[in-house]
Amino acid sequence: MLFSDVSVSLKLGDILQVEGPNGCGKTTLLRIITTALSPSAGQLLWQGQNISQVRQDYLHNLLFLGHLPGLKQALSPEENLIWWRRLNQSQVEYCNSEALARIGLSGYEDVPCSNLSAGQQRRAALARLLVTEAPLWVLDEPFTAIDKQGVSELESLLTEHSERGGMIILSTHQDLGIPGIKRLSLRQESLGQTALAQSSPFTVDVA
Amino acid sequence: MELGFSAILRRDLLLAFRHRAEIANPVIFFLIVVTLIPLGLTPESSRLAEIAPGILWVMALLASLLSVEGMFQSDYRDGTLEQMIILPQPLYLMVLAKILVHWLVTGLPLTLLAPLLGMMLSLPEAGYIPLILSLLMGTAVLSLVGAIGAALTVALRKGGLLLSLIVMPLYMPALIFGASTVQRAVDGFPVDGSLAVLGALLAFSLLVSPFATAGALRVSMHG
Repeated sequence: MLFSDVSVSLKLGDILQVEGPNGCGKTTLLRIITTALSPSAGQLLWQGQNISQVRQDYLHNLLFLGHLPGLKQALSPEENLIWWRRLNQSQVEYCNSEALARIGLSGYEDVPCSNLSAGQQRRAALARLLVTEAPLWVLDEPFTAIDKQGVSELESLLTEHSERGGMIILSTHQDLGIPGIKRLSLRQESLGQTALAQSSPFTVDVA
Repeated sequence: MELGFSAILRRDLLLAFRHRAEIANPVIFFLIVVTLIPLGLTPESSRLAEIAPGILWVMALLASLLSVEGMFQSDYRDGTLEQMIILPQPLYLMVLAKILVHWLVTGLPLTLLAPLLGMMLSLPEAGYIPLILSLLMGTAVLSLVGAIGAALTVALRKGGLLLSLIVMPLYMPALIFGASTVQRAVDGFPVDGSLAVLGALLAFSLLVSPFATAGALRVSMHG
């Protein structure tokens, strides 16, 4: 058992920061929220309905960036973005090179990702945030390897999304300078068991 | 629906082109091993002709097995697989696209190379067309069946041996009917029957494999 008694509910415009010590199950929780893992108990609700009934609709509205963001090393950031958009059927009229420029990768559009630094690769993955229509973002440690300026740029990107009515669930150890952010603290009770200071079994309710 | 299939197909072909040195490995393996046979066994053409159908088929099978392990591995390691599983598109179609790419970059080149190597092993003239036809269908069966094993073992650190153990028994029907097609043609018997069996194997694995592979990938990701 990794965690129990976790309950969260998100409304439009909410940002939820999942925090806790290493190994307490942040990534597991996020993977459950993306349906990549199924919880051993508890439920995940999307607009009040159980996820198994509305999975397709839910996945259409979801953007997930994991620890490993799924960048192809042999492709350039621009190619990676193009293929990601094709697979996700993103119709946003935001130019790929513009998105890469805003994320701080101008001049590196055509360099294979294997030649980029860790931070630049993270930025290449984060460029997806600019070309997606999905209202719900689930970001696992999005600030890893990003420099200070990048962090504040990303913060403003997250704020913009929340102001547009989007929802964000992210895990990070960073203290974010975003006002009105919700926090979910997982804490380690005993070895391999995490509990939360809130009641009721695992429920995530996303409006 | 079609979108996921064609996007994966084109992306993976582009990736295969970028990694062309790695992709050429099975074909080079096939070429080298078959070249070594006359050197190690005998240069006498009558004896070579006897074993040519079996040798060509066994080596093509091993070459295909060699490359099947990598079918989902890079996608697993860089997180692409996780992204694919939560795409609002049917996973089995994307899997089918990946299998098709695997066949296009290994099975098809092996098939095209086989007649040339058949000549080196002095395969009798009657064997060439059956060799090409049987390999064309047979390598597709190998890619389809291999995908299931590759998906089951993708999350294991050293899954290579286990993969061979899982996949080898499933390769047997294709090997038996493929090699016997060529052998029968060389011996002057009609080959329609064994080609039809290979066709049936292909149809069956085409139906079952994408679903089984998609299911196996989900199981691997949950572990």
